Amino acid sequence: MAPAIIMLAEKTPPLDPGNTAFLLLSSALVMLMTPGLAFFYGGMVRVKSALNMLMMSFISLGIITLLWTGYGFSFAFDGDNGGFLGGTSWLGLRHIANNDLWGATGTPVFAFAAFQLMFAIITPALISGALADRVKFTAWSVFIALWATVVYFPVAHWVWGGGWLAKKGVIDFAGGTAVHINAGAAALGVILVIGKRVGFKRDPMRPHSMPWVMLGAGLLWFGWFGFNAGSEITADGLASLVFINTQIATAAAMIGWLLYERWRHGSFTTLGAASGAVAGLVAITPSCSSVSPLGAIAVGVIAGVICAAAVGLKYRFNYDDSLDVVGVHMIGGIVGSLLIGLLSTGHVGADVKGVFYGGGWHQFGIQAIGVFSVLGYSLVCAAILAKLIDMAMGFRVPEEIEISGIDQAEHAETAYDFTGVGSAVRGEGISSVATKKVDA
Amino acid sequence: MKLITAVVKPHRLDEIKEALQAFGVQGLTVTEASGYGRQRGHTEVYRGAEYTVDLVPKIRIEILVEDADADQLIEVVVKAARTGKIGDGKVWSLPVDTAVRVRTGERGPDAL
Repeated sequence: MAPAIIMLAEKTPPLDPGNTAFLLLSSALVMLMTPGLAFFYGGMVRVKSALNMLMMSFISLGIITLLWTGYGFSFAFDGDNGGFLGGTSWLGLRHIANNDLWGATGTPVFAFAAFQLMFAIITPALISGALADRVKFTAWSVFIALWATVVYFPVAHWVWGGGWLAKKGVIDFAGGTAVHINAGAAALGVILVIGKRVGFKRDPMRPHSMPWVMLGAGLLWFGWFGFNAGSEITADGLASLVFINTQIATAAAMIGWLLYERWRHGSFTTLGAASGAVAGLVAITPSCSSVSPLGAIAVGVIAGVICAAAVGLKYRFNYDDSLDVVGVHMIGGIVGSLLIGLLSTGHVGADVKGVFYGGGWHQFGIQAIGVFSVLGYSLVCAAILAKLIDMAMGFRVPEEIEISGIDQAEHAETAYDFTGVGSAVRGEGISSVATKKVDA
Repeated sequence: MKLITAVVKPHRLDEIKEALQAFGVQGLTVTEASGYGRQRGHTEVYRGAEYTVDLVPKIRIEILVEDADADQLIEVVVKAARTGKIGDGKVWSLPVDTAVRVRTGERGPDAL
């Protein structure tokens, strides 16, 4: 979040229509990232779990919105209690008037609440990629509700709500730690508990639709302008720098990933282009307000190459990070957050100089504290929550369902009707489940 | 009667159809198939992970013919299907007991 935001302004400024319009539109852009993510992930799974992958993201739009309204926004952003959590006066989004403004930004609290809600929605959805093909839909739904409550709302407060990381001076403009490291570490925590897919490293698990992946990556890229530039809240010069830095780093990361895989594996792949773009978006997210446009090229290339190399680690260390949430989001988030300590110019946005601009290692150390405290907290909490859910209700579907396909078992649907022949006969009644219940 | 079955490269389908039409074949059935012969499959790479895809796409063509035409027809199909590269496929024939034209009930060679 921009350091320019003064949370408790002495003199309330008038409502700023320009900033308000900018923030509302940015919110809508960030909302679109979650369906984009659904397609990005959905294309990467096998055809038998495509719908489940879409639903894991979509259900976050439902559940997190209700939690946010109930207590999420209040806990994250209503003042500060000891650096750990906000207050309770905004529970149910009550006690907020239409014209109450968020600090000195001239934007209504409701607009800010909507903007931040979209971040709270996509962060748990990011985790889903690591759990492809194998978890119960109900268990996933319970998990994201608990994880958002125990991890995301507090961490959003630490980083953006005036909590302890903000007070330490950690720079995380749009969510490298609060969103990407947070989600990536949680993904790692959960998969260490629930284990690998049946046939991991043995069966071919090819992406079923690369066009879906490209469509999703395109929507993510588009929405990310709202994510990063919108995080400035005010429509100003810094928002503009952030906007162009986002584009530059993403382009550079896509090129970096493609060149790396051409060198290592022989081809420029579609999946490499999409993945490189996302890695760049992740890495520029925390650093977009600190680096110059040339610095953004460095952030992008470094993130693209490191993430391209990192996605292979799961085979070496034998953990099934199915769609590389750890390799792209956690690693990309770490790269972007730490690079602030090296590449922050001290004059474009954030008021600190990195190592390469004569600022020494001080900010790098602060960034590392931010990175590893969020990483550790999220990983441990996610692993504990996953274990509890697994004991209470079973986190995974039975093996035979995993093999035959989770879409049919969990959602009673299939993604495609390839033939149009002999695929379905209309049953009697509304549905067989409803009929059985009446019978019983 | 004989049933001639050809499992061939998909991009040869149009050539084969034209050759069969020129020969005077009245009808055929085409299905998409997958399989492998001596050429095995190919390798795809996703985020650095290599997948060997051993079942490659093929086209399966089935034609019912009179015994007298069978050998010549097999030659026509083989000629049209051949590229000379590995993976061109196979053609074979089987004897057929009977065939019925559904619309009229005609049997045997009359049904062809």
